[in-house]
Amino acid sequence: MTILLEGVTVLVLVTNLLLLSSSRLNYCIRVVAAQGALVGLLPLLMHFNELAARVLMISLAGMVLKLLVFPWLLLRAMRGVDVRREMEPYVGYSLSLLSGVGMLIVSFWIGSRLPLAIPGLRHSVLPMAFFNIFTGLFLLVGRRKALTQVLGYLVMENGIYIFGAAVVLEAPLMVELGVLLDVFMLVFVLGIILFHISRDFDHLDIDRLSALKDWHGAEDEPAAFAPEHSRES
Amino acid sequence: MLIALFMTPALAGLLALIVHRDSLRRALLLAVAFCHLTLTAAVWLKPPVSSPSEFLGLDPLGLLFLSIVSLLFVFSAVYAAGYLKRVSDSTQPDILQGTFFARSAEAVFTCCLLEFLATMTLVTLSQHFGLLWVAVEATTLVSAPLIYFHRSLRSLEATWKYLILCSVGIAIALLGNFFLAVAATDHGGRGVPLVLRHLLAHAGELHTQWLKAAFLLFLVGYGTKMGLAPMHSWLPDAHSESPSFVSMLLSGALLNCAFLGLLRIFQVCDAAGQGQFARDLLVLFGFISLATAAVFILRQSEYKRMLAYSSVEHMGILSLGVGFGGVGVFGALLHSVNHSLTKGMLFLVAGNLLSAYRTRNIGEVRGVLHVLPYSGALWLAGFLAITGTPPFGLFISEFTILRSVVSAGSLLAAAIYLALLGMIFAGMAASVLNMAQGNAGLERASDAISEPASSVIPPLLLGALTLMLGLYCPAALTEKLQQAARLLGGF
Repeated sequence: MTILLEGVTVLVLVTNLLLLSSSRLNYCIRVVAAQGALVGLLPLLMHFNELAARVLMISLAGMVLKLLVFPWLLLRAMRGVDVRREMEPYVGYSLSLLSGVGMLIVSFWIGSRLPLAIPGLRHSVLPMAFFNIFTGLFLLVGRRKALTQVLGYLVMENGIYIFGAAVVLEAPLMVELGVLLDVFMLVFVLGIILFHISRDFDHLDIDRLSALKDWHGAEDEPAAFAPEHSRES
Repeated sequence: MLIALFMTPALAGLLALIVHRDSLRRALLLAVAFCHLTLTAAVWLKPPVSSPSEFLGLDPLGLLFLSIVSLLFVFSAVYAAGYLKRVSDSTQPDILQGTFFARSAEAVFTCCLLEFLATMTLVTLSQHFGLLWVAVEATTLVSAPLIYFHRSLRSLEATWKYLILCSVGIAIALLGNFFLAVAATDHGGRGVPLVLRHLLAHAGELHTQWLKAAFLLFLVGYGTKMGLAPMHSWLPDAHSESPSFVSMLLSGALLNCAFLGLLRIFQVCDAAGQGQFARDLLVLFGFISLATAAVFILRQSEYKRMLAYSSVEHMGILSLGVGFGGVGVFGALLHSVNHSLTKGMLFLVAGNLLSAYRTRNIGEVRGVLHVLPYSGALWLAGFLAITGTPPFGLFISEFTILRSVVSAGSLLAAAIYLALLGMIFAGMAASVLNMAQGNAGLERASDAISEPASSVIPPLLLGALTLMLGLYCPAALTEKLQQAARLLGGF
């Protein structure tokens, strides 16, 4: 099982690097779907010895959602509009890849320093969780298409899922189902809104979604997390 | 009882989807709103002794926020019923786009409004951190279609930003939940369940570093949803683009629900002896929010956005109150009640202005006192209330928080707090007084300005409640506020 687990972890790593370096939207949707399936395998492999029906059920539901339902929703949202199907990054592909390597190193550094006292925890799993979260955040702020923000969110959510599967042994079924339902509903609603954006605006660029701001010309409200204002404490 | 509180609006929301007659659906909305308020009142009179599950429960803190949600929803529903009737009778041109309204189907809208009430109720009832997370995320999902009511490009953009930013924020809070779970796991691999009661009982055994990290993630996560400053950028867009009675719920009820999420983890931190760490962070974010709001209110050109930034300001004041502790916690809780009532009143009046003048620009609205005498008077009164002018309730709560700042011995912080409040007063005064006076607006708003009772009476009652809280605070409310404040380490 260890070999398999390590193998899946490495594959997840590869999908992140692919996402950072590729330019085709359709392709990225499929890579995220594959990553979702791989991430769904992780809890099964980690808790193989005491595999409960509950874990099996949640993992399978998650995998079906991420492998089949999400890509279907997102591809459908894109279809029928003449969008240029490229990522159009703010940050170039090679620079993105380089940042990816940097984030990977940081993730391993964080993973090695965590004071964790959980028996039987593999050390490669936690860095991968952080790497996914960082990659997701990077895609959220570093790409121009609205669709890539959804992909960034999904990659980040995968990372949080890995972390949860690795450290949390017991979570109530109702809560896990609720989380899954929330994520599903979110992608569903986002898909509908994406469809409206592409129909009404005839494009999917977020930097052109800029009718709403406080004063025109002076200073744009950043689309994602605003930088820290340095002010008094 | 607790189940009924949650299930009534949830089931009624589904029912709204299959009701075909518009008038029947509006009656349903009103009936559920009043039914929910009655149930809440019943909980006040006779607190439920047992709860159906460990996950659900109602402590004084939850009850306080539940009451705010329930009360605001009644006003919102009354206003909404009148509003929906008016817009479905006439096809007005869209306020800004010039294209015709393509409104979302009213059935879906009513459904989402009722589910919004259900999910916010669930937030106040949750005693399990995972369930709390699920409920907070669900409030985001069901409120997004409400913002997209006027199907314009602007509201589409606002809805997108709202969904993405809040969901990313709340995902960070999910990571915080997992950190909390790690903090609660001892060396044998067995952990304390993430139920508030158990966590408080075992607070001493929690792993300190993980708990601190968890608090930070919760602060960023729920802080995004609450509108604390560096993460607030979705808030002005969503508040200004949604219909006014939805803005009122977003600002008065939803932000408080996110604040409640933050207070829950604060309770755990405080019990674990990490209260000072959490308080310092709350003070930091409180001041950043106040300062940001002050800058943006001073240079604001749209009145609904001005109200939205005022919400950022008041969320900052809430976290300052909890951050300075002591009597400030009581002040902060009283302030959240006051702010919800007053902001609800202001947003409803802003809706009246918007439908009369058809513009959001402060510069294009003149002579409100002449054109809309009732709304104009309420607009002025609301402005005085929200900036903390005496006899209104916000004066009392802001003053209580000031007392806690001074008694914490930080005169510099008190000076900054007062200076920022003064700036905000000046900024809002300039805009509001310009709008209220003059008569240049008469020819713009020529056609048949009437003020229907359903759009004047709700803000009037809300204003009266704010005024009452300034002059006289009922003993039962004071007692509940004190109980809730004690849960948060204050008095």
